[in-house]
Amino acid sequence: MNFTLLVVVLITAIALVAIALGVARLVSPRSYNGQKGEAYECGIPTRGKSWMQFKVGYYLFAILFLMFDVETVYLFPWAVIVKETGVDGLYCILFFMIVLILGLAYAWKKGALEWK
Amino acid sequence: MFDFSVVTHWVDQLLRSFLPEGWAILTEFILIGLCLLVGYAVIALVLIYVERKVCAFFQCRLGPNRVGPYGLIQSVADMIKMLTKELITINHVDKFLFNLAPYIVIIASVIAFSCLPFAKGLEIIDFNVGAFFVMAVSSMGIVGILLAGWSSNNKYSLIGAMRSGAQMISYELSIGLSILTIIVFTDTMQLSQIVANQADGWFIFKGHIPAFIAFIIYLIAGTAETNRGPFDLPEADSELTAGYHTEYSGMHFGFFYLAEYLNMFIVAGMATTLFLGGWMPLHIGGWNGFNAIMDAIPSIIWFFGKTGGLIFIIMWFKWTFPRLRIDQLLTLEWKYLLPINLVNMFLMVIVVVFDLHF
Repeated sequence: MNFTLLVVVLITAIALVAIALGVARLVSPRSYNGQKGEAYECGIPTRGKSWMQFKVGYYLFAILFLMFDVETVYLFPWAVIVKETGVDGLYCILFFMIVLILGLAYAWKKGALEWK
Repeated sequence: MFDFSVVTHWVDQLLRSFLPEGWAILTEFILIGLCLLVGYAVIALVLIYVERKVCAFFQCRLGPNRVGPYGLIQSVADMIKMLTKELITINHVDKFLFNLAPYIVIIASVIAFSCLPFAKGLEIIDFNVGAFFVMAVSSMGIVGILLAGWSSNNKYSLIGAMRSGAQMISYELSIGLSILTIIVFTDTMQLSQIVANQADGWFIFKGHIPAFIAFIIYLIAGTAETNRGPFDLPEADSELTAGYHTEYSGMHFGFFYLAEYLNMFIVAGMATTLFLGGWMPLHIGGWNGFNAIMDAIPSIIWFFGKTGGLIFIIMWFKWTFPRLRIDQLLTLEWKYLLPINLVNMFLMVIVVVFDLHF
C-alpha cells in the first residue's frame, strides 16, 4: 500500500510541475528578441565559456562525504536493534567507528578539511 | 483526541457504497493527490507571507500591507503574477537538464512532505524506514540544484550550485547522525511509531542531554540544508546575483522558491516529529488536570504549532546572523558539528545500553 501511495505522490508532484508550467505557457505573453536569449549572469555580456573547470576542493569534500554517508547507512540497521545487541553490539560498532574516526583524523591531519 | 482515520474510513465507506472497488480506490488516490497539492500550495503561500512579515518586523518595517487586510493576499497575488510571466529559455543552455531541474526539486520536496505525520491518523506514506526515507529523498533535491546551476550556462550559477552541493552534502551528515541518535533511543524508524513512543514524554525531555544536543545540531544542519539564513551562500545575492536560479524566469523560478520554503517546513516538521513529540500534546506526569486540558487541543494544532515555532526560529537565524564564508561553513560542519555529533551519538548509545534513562 505504501509503495502504491508513493507512486501516487510521485505522479502528483510531476503533475503539479507539468500543469503549472502548461498554464504558464498558455497564459504568458511571448516576444522574440535577440538580446533576450543572452545569459543574464551579472548584467554584462559573458566572457568565454561558462562550462569551465572549478575548484577541486568541492570534489574532496564530496569524497569525504561519501565515506561518512556510507557509514551512516551501515549504522541505521544497527541503531534499530541497539537494545537487543546490548554491550557486545556496542563493542563491535565501536571498532567500526574507530576505523572511520581514524580516517577523519587522517584527513584532518593532511589538511583536507582546510579550504584553500 | 480526534482521530483523522475516522474521516478517512468514512470517505472510504462512502465511496465503496456506490462505486465498484477499483473506481473507489482510484477516486481515493485522486483525492489524496488533490489534498496533498492543496496542502503543499497553501503551506508555501502562508510561509512566504509569514517570512515577509517576520523579515519586515525584524527590520522595523510594516511588510506587505496593501493587498487585502494586513497584506494577507500578497503571496497569492505574487503567485498569480509569476504564473503569467514568460518562461524564457536563454540560448546556450542545456535544454533538457534546464527543464528537468525544477521537476527534481519539486518531486523531492513533495515526497518528503507526504511522509510527515501531521496529526493522529493523518499521514500519507508511512514506511517502516520512514526517517531514513525522508533523509534519502530530501537529499535528492541537491541533484536538482546542481543540474540547475550546471545547465544554466552561467558562471555564477555554476559557482552557486557547487557551493550548494558542498554545503548540502556536508550538513547531510549531521542530519543523518542526529536522526540516528533518536533512532538509537526509540528502536524504530517508522515515523508514526516514533510519535507514538513519545506519548509519555517528548524525546527532547526523555532523551537526557544527548537528545537535546542532537536537537540543536539538527536545527543548525537543517537550516544549512535548506540554503537559508546564515548559510545562504548558494544564492548570496550580493556576490552571485541569485545563485543557481539566476537564469530561470516565471514559474520555473517559482518552483525553486516554493521548494525552498517547503524544505524549511519539512526540516521543521521532521524536528517536531523526532524531538518535540510530533502531534503529541505536552504532558507532565502527575498533573492530571493540566494533561486533560492539553489533550483537548486537537493534534493537528499541536503539530503545526510546534512546526511554526521552529520555522520562526529558522527565520530568526536568517534575519539576525551575517552570512558565513565557505571556509567557515565547512569548518563548522567538519571540525565542530561532526565530531560533536559522533561523540553525542555514543553518549546516547551508552545511555540506552546501560539503561540510564527514565
